[in-house]
Amino acid sequence: MAERAGEPPAAGAGAAAGAGAAADTEPAGAPLVVLRGVNKHFGDLHVLRDINLEIARGEVVVVIGPSGSGKSTLCRAINRLEPIEDGEITVDGEPLPEEGRALARLRADVGMVFQSFNLFAHKTILQNVTLGPVKVRKVPAAEARSEAMDLLERVGIASQAGKLPAQLSGGQQQRAAIARALAMRPKVMLFDEPTSALDPEMVQEVLDVMISLARDGMTMVVVTHEMGFARRAANRVVFMADGQIVEQAAPESFFTAPSSDRAKDFLSKILTH
Amino acid sequence: MDVLTGNAGVFASGFFVTFQIVLLAAVGALVLGTLVAAMRISPLPPLRWLGTAYVTVVRNTPLTIVFFMTAFGLPEIGVDAGFLRIPLLDSLFTRLGTDVPYFRFAIVALTVYTAAFVCEALRAGVNAVQPGQSEAGRSLGLTFTQNLRLIVLPQAGRATVVPLGSVIIAMIKNSALAGAFGVAGDLFQTSDELTSAQGLPAIPVFIGVAAGYLILTVPLGLLLDRIERSQAVTR
Ligand SMILES: Nc1ncnc2c1ncn2[C@@H]1O[C@H](COP(=O)(O)OP(=O)(O)O)[C@@H](O)[C@H]1O
Ligand SMILES: [Mg+2]
Repeated sequence: MAERAGEPPAAGAGAAAGAGAAADTEPAGAPLVVLRGVNKHFGDLHVLRDINLEIARGEVVVVIGPSGSGKSTLCRAINRLEPIEDGEITVDGEPLPEEGRALARLRADVGMVFQSFNLFAHKTILQNVTLGPVKVRKVPAAEARSEAMDLLERVGIASQAGKLPAQLSGGQQQRAAIARALAMRPKVMLFDEPTSALDPEMVQEVLDVMISLARDGMTMVVVTHEMGFARRAANRVVFMADGQIVEQAAPESFFTAPSSDRAKDFLSKILTH
Repeated sequence: MDVLTGNAGVFASGFFVTFQIVLLAAVGALVLGTLVAAMRISPLPPLRWLGTAYVTVVRNTPLTIVFFMTAFGLPEIGVDAGFLRIPLLDSLFTRLGTDVPYFRFAIVALTVYTAAFVCEALRAGVNAVQPGQSEAGRSLGLTFTQNLRLIVLPQAGRATVVPLGSVIIAMIKNSALAGAFGVAGDLFQTSDELTSAQGLPAIPVFIGVAAGYLILTVPLGLLLDRIERSQAVTR
């Protein structure tokens, strides 16, 4: 972050820590995820316009913005579920490989949590969590199982281990999906609207798991409109509109005093309901 | 009726030859069709292109032409499909090893043709699996083949059983062409032998031959109906 100290985002991250936000320590060292000059089109639609973003180790970045502004695409570009046309994305210093085994290896280090959970429908919760470690990391089955049970314990659904995803509530499924991603011991976790598909009474149980992850120092990129989460756990809020990063700031200053008109307009809309 | 009972042995041996052809061709078509389907959904554009070209060309060519190509085209370029003389298998299916290549050609033609339909049935099943499933697999770091084997195909499986069955039934009926392209003694060629050479009346002979095909296709159809019904319940 040091070399960017003069720029608003870095100052924002610093202000977040200073303002007493959740993170105890100022993120330090070389950035873990870097996007430089990233562009992407869907046909004629320019969904990502010259995106520049650096995410430090241990930093929690919340991405917010109107529907269709490119938040999901940005998130998915970081593990190349969406290929980009232009620019560069690096994770822990390594540029994203094009395809094949190298890409698979890099994806193993990047956890992803989807809006619709996407648990493997034909496998039990436990099998969902052990599959990656066993097949990708080649962890012995017994070891993977005991680590998976620890993770399921941590997200509070150890008693559901033998069930199929369809037998769980949405909140439980999403916590299982978080456990599945964590089982790979990822360097960074991506969350694309993890609570948007949940019934309201289940949102908090998922946010609680995410907040505790953030406290433990996990590097996280979280697309969400949950301001409570942003205030309690994020170092920085990135506001996107029309495929561009319009503004970035510490959560408190973004929510109380957004500087762009787009952000003011957007916040007035989500605050009124 | 006398025609049928009097020639029961001939019908039975014809049935047996046809049974061998469809069994071998079904295995071949399932293997080749799976390969082509994997190509069509592969992340590599050249493979995708090749798979698509295969399906487009083969599916839109009349089967008779495919048989012509194998029965007359292959010998012209000196190919006798000798790769099908698979040790052990050729002692079980003795005609695989003979010097007369038409049995092997029939299997090649049916395999090549049916594989395109197998590919499309599999692909429809794969497409019916929610894209989020394979995205979740990919984001865990599974390779393309691991993702296909562990996540997508097991879930596509159920949705492909019935369409695949229909493809195989069509192939059984198509196998009648083998008798017209040099395979001696299959069900269809048996009818030709009995009517033209021995001068037996056509109607009972063809009833016998049709019964032979029905013995193969009807149970398969019934099985598919049952599978379809059981899927409707569990869904
Ligand atoms: N696979 C796709 N094909 C074509 N257009 C897409 C695709 N995915 C997203 N889009 C379009 O790209 C824009 C940005 O989408 P997205 O990144 O999902 O936005 P957000 O997550 O901010 O709502 C939207 O207009 C959307 O309709
Ligand atoms: Mg989205």
